[in-house]
Amino acid sequence: MTGPIDIRAVDSVDGVVSALAAQDYLADEGLATAIFLALRLRRPLLLEGEAGVGKTEVAKALAAWSGGDLIRLQCYEGLDASQAVYEWDYSRQLLHLRAVEAVGVAAGSEVSDITDELYAERFLVRRPLLRSLSSVDGIPPVLLIDEVDRADDEFEAFLLEILSDYAITVPELGTFTAEVPPIVVITSNRTRDVHDALKRRCFYHWVQHPGVEREVEILRVRAPHVPAALAHDVAVVAAELRDMGLYKPPGISETIDWAEALVLIGVDDLDESAFETTIGALLKYREDQDRLRSRGFGDLVGLLRGA
Amino acid sequence: MDRHVVGFVDVLRRSGIAVALGSTLDFGRALAEVGAGTRSGVYWAGRATLVRCPEDVSTYDEAFERHWMGGQVGFVEAAEQPTITLLLDVPEDAEVPPVEDGAADSDGDHISVRWSRTEILASRDFADCTADELAELHDLMGSLRLFGATRKCRRLRPAAHRGRPDLRRTVRAALRTGGEPIHRAFSEPGVRPRRLVLLLDVSGSMEPYARALIRFLHAAMVGRRDVEAFALGTRLTRLTRELSTRDPDAALARAAVAVTDWSGGTRLGDGLRVFNDRWGVPGMARGATVVILSDGWDRGEPSVMEEQMGRLHRVAHQVVWVNPLKASPGYAPIARGMAAALPHVDRFVEGHSLDSLRSLAKVLAD
Repeated sequence: MTGPIDIRAVDSVDGVVSALAAQDYLADEGLATAIFLALRLRRPLLLEGEAGVGKTEVAKALAAWSGGDLIRLQCYEGLDASQAVYEWDYSRQLLHLRAVEAVGVAAGSEVSDITDELYAERFLVRRPLLRSLSSVDGIPPVLLIDEVDRADDEFEAFLLEILSDYAITVPELGTFTAEVPPIVVITSNRTRDVHDALKRRCFYHWVQHPGVEREVEILRVRAPHVPAALAHDVAVVAAELRDMGLYKPPGISETIDWAEALVLIGVDDLDESAFETTIGALLKYREDQDRLRSRGFGDLVGLLRGA
Repeated sequence: MDRHVVGFVDVLRRSGIAVALGSTLDFGRALAEVGAGTRSGVYWAGRATLVRCPEDVSTYDEAFERHWMGGQVGFVEAAEQPTITLLLDVPEDAEVPPVEDGAADSDGDHISVRWSRTEILASRDFADCTADELAELHDLMGSLRLFGATRKCRRLRPAAHRGRPDLRRTVRAALRTGGEPIHRAFSEPGVRPRRLVLLLDVSGSMEPYARALIRFLHAAMVGRRDVEAFALGTRLTRLTRELSTRDPDAALARAAVAVTDWSGGTRLGDGLRVFNDRWGVPGMARGATVVILSDGWDRGEPSVMEEQMGRLHRVAHQVVWVNPLKASPGYAPIARGMAAALPHVDRFVEGHSLDSLRSLAKVLAD
C-alpha cells in the first residue's frame, strides 16, 4: 500500500470486501454492508458479538487499509474524561509555577498571565478521543472504542455528545473540531445493553461465528503455514464445538491458536492424543474440557474421518 | 422507493421492533448507497440501520420476507397486534391497584391511621393475603429501599488529608496563592453500590408468593439504579426493562405480558444455566449481589442445579437465596434442587412476608 488513502471514497460493498481481504480480513456481506454504510454516511459502526469473533480486528483492518492511525480506547469501569479526552500535565504545570515564581515575581507578572501560560496547549495531554479529532493530510484516524459495555453509562452519555458533532470543548482553550470526522468503530460484548440513544447514532452489526468454509479461508489467510487439510479439520471441529452449548465456545482467535499449536507440535492428522495435548488452546473452562472428554475425542475424530 | 421504505418500517413496527424516525431516514440513505437492486443489498442495508439487537433478527427476517419478497403485503394479523388482550393474564393485578391507589392519593394519612393493620399485614404470610391486602402490601414495599453492599470504584473523589495527591485541584489552588502550592489536595477511590441481580421463580409451586414478590422486585428497581431482574420458570425472562418504569401498575402489567410461563413447571437449573451463559458469567453477575427468590423445587437434574449454582457463586460477590417456605415450622431444605444449591449459597433467608423482606433488605446492606 502506498501512502494513506481516503477509504470513505469506496464505491461498493464488494469494494469493501476486497479491500479488507487485502488486509487479511475476510468479511461476509452483512458486515461489509455495515462497514460500507458507516464509511459512506460517516457514522460510527457498532459491532456486537461474542468474545473472539473478530470485532476488534475490523478496526485494525480499516486502519491498515486507510493507512491512518489506529487510536484505541479500551473501556473499563470508571473510565472518565481525564483518561478518555484530555488532561492537563499537572506536574509540568507545578514546575512551571516554581520557575515563574523564581524569575517572574521580579518581572511583576500578573496572576492572570500565569493562568494563561499554565493552560496553554503545551501543557495539554491529549487522550484518545481528543487525538481522534486531528487528521493527517485529510486522512482521518480510525477510532476504536473497545468493549464499551465495560464503561459505565455516564461515559456512554458523554460519548454520545462527542460522536454527534465530533467537537470537544476544553474550557481553558476553546473548542477542537474535527476537520474530517474519524472513522469510529465501537465494540461491545453485550454484558449489558448499550443505551438506545447511542445505538441510534450507529450502524449496527451482530458479528457471528463464521461457517466452516469461511473459517477455513480465515485460517488459510491468518495462519498460512497450516496445511489445508488440517485447517479444514480444525474448522469442522470448531463448528461442532460451537453447537455443543459449551460455556465458552471457541472464537476465531482460539481456533487460530489451536491450529498453530497443532502445527508446532507436528500434528498433521488430528487424532485423540493430539486433542488431549492441545485442548487447552481451544477450550478454557475445565467443565467444557470435561464435557468434550466425556463425549470422547474419538467421536470427533470419527466425525472428521466420516466427512 | 420512499413509499417502500416507510411501508417496510411500518411492518417492522407492527411486528414489535421499535424503529426510531432517524433510523428510517438512515435506511433510506443506506438504500441509496447500496442500491435497491439485489435482495441481499436491501436486506443488509435494513439490518445495519433498523435492527439493534440480535433478538430482533428473526422478527426482521419474517417482516422482510413478508414485505419485500412478495408475501402478502397485507398488514400484520390483527390478532397479535393489540397487547391489551394479554392483560387477561393478570385480572387481580390489573383491577385492584387502581382502586387502592385512588384511596391512597386522596387521603394519604389514611395509611398511618391504620398503623396497627400495617403491623399485622407486615407479618402476614403472602400466601394467606387477599388481593386487596397484596395491593396494600405493595404500597408498603414501595418504602423499602435496598442499599446492597458497596465496592470501591475507579472513579476518584476528593478526600481530606489522605489518599493520592490530586494535582488538578492543587494547581488550581496554587493559582490563588500566587503560584505557590500551599494547599495540597488529595483524592481517594469512591464507592459504588454493587450491582443487584434478582431472579424470581415464577413456577407453579411459587404461585402464592410470586405475585407478591414481583412487587418486591419492582420496589427494588425503583429505589436505586443498577438492578437487574429476571423471571425463572420453564424459561428465563429478563424483566429489567419492563419493571423499570416508576408506575407500579404499568410495570406489573408489562411484566405479566413479558412472562409467558407464569405458574408453569420449573426448570430452575436450566434457567440458571441460560442466565449464566447469556448474562451472568459474561459480566452481569460478576462482583454483584445475586438474590434468588425460590422455593427450590426443581424438576430438572440436581447435578445441573449444583453445577450452575457453582458457576454463579464463583463470579458473584454474594449469593442470597430467599425461600418463602423456610419460615414454615419443620421446614428442612430437602427439595432436591434446594439441597443441591445450598453449598453455593452465602445466605439462606426467609421471604414469606413483608417483615422478612425488610430483614432481607438489612441482610443485603451489610
